[in-house]
Amino acid sequence: MPNFVMSYLGSTVTPGEAGNQFWALIYVLIIFTGVSVAVIAMNWIERKALAHFQVRLGPMRVGPHGLLQPFADALKLMLKEDIIPAAADQFVFWVAPLIGLLAAFTVYTVIPFGPSQAVSDMNIGILFMLGVSSLGVLGIVVAGWASNSHYPLIGALRSSAQMVSYEVAMGLAVVSAVLMTSMNEKGTGTLSMIGIVQAQQQQGVWFIFKFFPLGFIAFVIFSIAMIAETNRAPFDMAEAESELTAGYHTEYSGLRWSLFMLAEYAAMIAVSSIAVTLWLGGWMRPFANLLHAPAWDFIFSLFPGLTFGSLAAIAFVGVTRMPAHSFFKIQRIGLAVFAALLGFIALLLLAIAIVGRSADASLAARFNEGIDYVYWFVLKVAVFMYLFIWYRATWPRYRFDQLMRIGWKVLLPISLGVLVVTAIVGVIVS
Amino acid sequence: MSPRTNDSANLDLETREKPYLDSNELIINMGPQHPATHGVLRVILKLDGEKVLGTECVIGYLHRGVEKIAENRTYTMFNPYVDRMDYVAAVSNGLGYCEAVEKLMNVEAPARAKYIRVILTELNRIASHQLWLGTHALDIGAMTPLFYTFRDREEILKIFEKYCGARLTTHAFRIGGCQYETYAGFEKDVKNFLSFVAPKIDEYETLLTTNRIWLERTKNVGVISAADAIALGVTGPVLRASGVKWDLRKAQPYAAYSEFDFEIPIGTNGDTYDRYLVRMAEIRQSLRIIEQAVNGIPEGPIMAKVPKVIKPPVGEIYHSIEAPKGELGYFIVSDGSTQPYRLRVRPPSFVNLQALDVMVRGLLVADVVAVIGTLDIVLGEVDR
Repeated sequence: MPNFVMSYLGSTVTPGEAGNQFWALIYVLIIFTGVSVAVIAMNWIERKALAHFQVRLGPMRVGPHGLLQPFADALKLMLKEDIIPAAADQFVFWVAPLIGLLAAFTVYTVIPFGPSQAVSDMNIGILFMLGVSSLGVLGIVVAGWASNSHYPLIGALRSSAQMVSYEVAMGLAVVSAVLMTSMNEKGTGTLSMIGIVQAQQQQGVWFIFKFFPLGFIAFVIFSIAMIAETNRAPFDMAEAESELTAGYHTEYSGLRWSLFMLAEYAAMIAVSSIAVTLWLGGWMRPFANLLHAPAWDFIFSLFPGLTFGSLAAIAFVGVTRMPAHSFFKIQRIGLAVFAALLGFIALLLLAIAIVGRSADASLAARFNEGIDYVYWFVLKVAVFMYLFIWYRATWPRYRFDQLMRIGWKVLLPISLGVLVVTAIVGVIVS
Repeated sequence: MSPRTNDSANLDLETREKPYLDSNELIINMGPQHPATHGVLRVILKLDGEKVLGTECVIGYLHRGVEKIAENRTYTMFNPYVDRMDYVAAVSNGLGYCEAVEKLMNVEAPARAKYIRVILTELNRIASHQLWLGTHALDIGAMTPLFYTFRDREEILKIFEKYCGARLTTHAFRIGGCQYETYAGFEKDVKNFLSFVAPKIDEYETLLTTNRIWLERTKNVGVISAADAIALGVTGPVLRASGVKWDLRKAQPYAAYSEFDFEIPIGTNGDTYDRYLVRMAEIRQSLRIIEQAVNGIPEGPIMAKVPKVIKPPVGEIYHSIEAPKGELGYFIVSDGSTQPYRLRVRPPSFVNLQALDVMVRGLLVADVVAVIGTLDIVLGEVDR
């Protein structure tokens, strides 16, 4: 194998930092595929979870328990006629979903799934991330404007006003977390995403628990602002179905519409990743500094395999509970294959965990480490994704002016106060 | 084709001073194809940004000429048509019509029939309020209550189906009483339903009543004063939420309502939240009425002596009942033949809808949806 391929394996820095363009490209492809798969999975999980909140079953027909529903939907959307309204600004109408999608996916270049599991470690990582993810709103505004129709226009205006009022509180909450990174001997903080997690590692505490309750308040503010940022319930007035039919994407259909949906879910994952990185210790496993014996490392490294194992077990139980009628034969076989696949992944992960348990620099050990990092990161993000669904099932929608009021009159003063108090406490402590 | 276009919308708006920075007002059509206009209501909104400057309701998309049909049908034949007006509270419509014709003919339904009528009508009131709650909450953005209410409404529809074979357009009553005797196990089913639904009402309330967002979205939204409500002829829960204790079941008792002990829940502010509370309290009162009725249901015939061919004497009658949405009145002119000379329905939804403009002026677009929901209109009844 060429040297530039091999050279990176076993490296402890991101491909961007190592200047390894080949591996950077590989990472980009992995992340793009991974996020797309995550969006598809999220689509299914949201529909199922929402259905179960609402005493329904959700998709059950396409594939066992509707597992293939997202693929059927994707196929349907691709086959639909591509409609551009006559009165619309054609080029802008065409480009708007791409802007949203591009912004949502570009963010992933700096998301650290592990200390070296990121495309690049930018020294202004968090700034880049906030900047690019706010660009997503441009896609919405432009879409609403280009549609040349009333409801999309109102939806787009709501969205931009919403973004302006939440970006500020969000930014201040982020700054208070960044301030916490400077609580070291040198007193220098960092904006690098990897640096922020490493600062939590060095200080031995997730920032959500730092200067309790200051970190916690900042985290809560960010969690609220990020829902508004991604236009999700209860702040989904940009696409408020019952008011604006479909808001900014009323005139969109088919593939173009699905790009908006893809961008929305990608943005949800992205902002959750920011929250996880800043306050929940990023890729660090729980109790990393309390239970740090190699035995604990080993036990925690079994978690990925066990998770997949339990998913496989649930799927197998599902197979046994399928109706015995011959109509369901294909579905039973399909679910069994799916369960076997999950079980295979589980065994693979367990094998890696066992082979790579020594903390040397062998490839297996590095691989094991990498899997752990990615697993804990994804698990934390998954919790946020579940919360997104939970909020949507539980709460009514805020009104536009109430949302603005909360943004400017509640979140902004609190986040400002938290920032100032964090700074004062930080100075006193150091 | 209606000659009306957006630009010629004749909105009766107060003249405003021209602002320093002039901005264009936006006229948008909400409906007739809109998820939150409860059917085919078209509201022309005049907006300044998001603020509503005025509204105009355009109705008639579901007009079927029910009143004209009545003139070409015998009294008996017309009976099922009334179910198609307020199709979520068909039993109430049937009760109003049957009682009106009975009054015209000067016959009275037997006591047992009256009790059956009360039980079914009150069950229907609960079903109607449940449907209102689900759709109203959905309009305000809470998806989940819709599925809870539909799940529980299903139990009521099952009772209807077992009683008369239909779920929505029941045609449950006949002129002079009821056609069907209660089925075996009817009382047990109703009692089971009572104990089943009471905790479910609490369940809806845990989702909404103290929910902060729900409070913010409904309190002081769509306020209508008692004087305005009376002037506009608003009836039903919308009127009672403004603090007027007016319920035809107490004011002009019909069927067997004078024999039951129940209260009229009223509100104080006349806002959307009060209307929500009033309707929730009404569901509980309905449960009380049903419980008393099913425990005290007398034995006896279910049909009064009415001729095979119904030919009321010459005269006219106005009879109104308290439907779930308000006062449902039937005005019938008889020329002594088998068909009504003229039949006019006073539908509560149609009259209540007139309050929309008063209630939403100065509010935001999101509130229009909330107010349409809280008025609890059914377009089948508005347009007839």
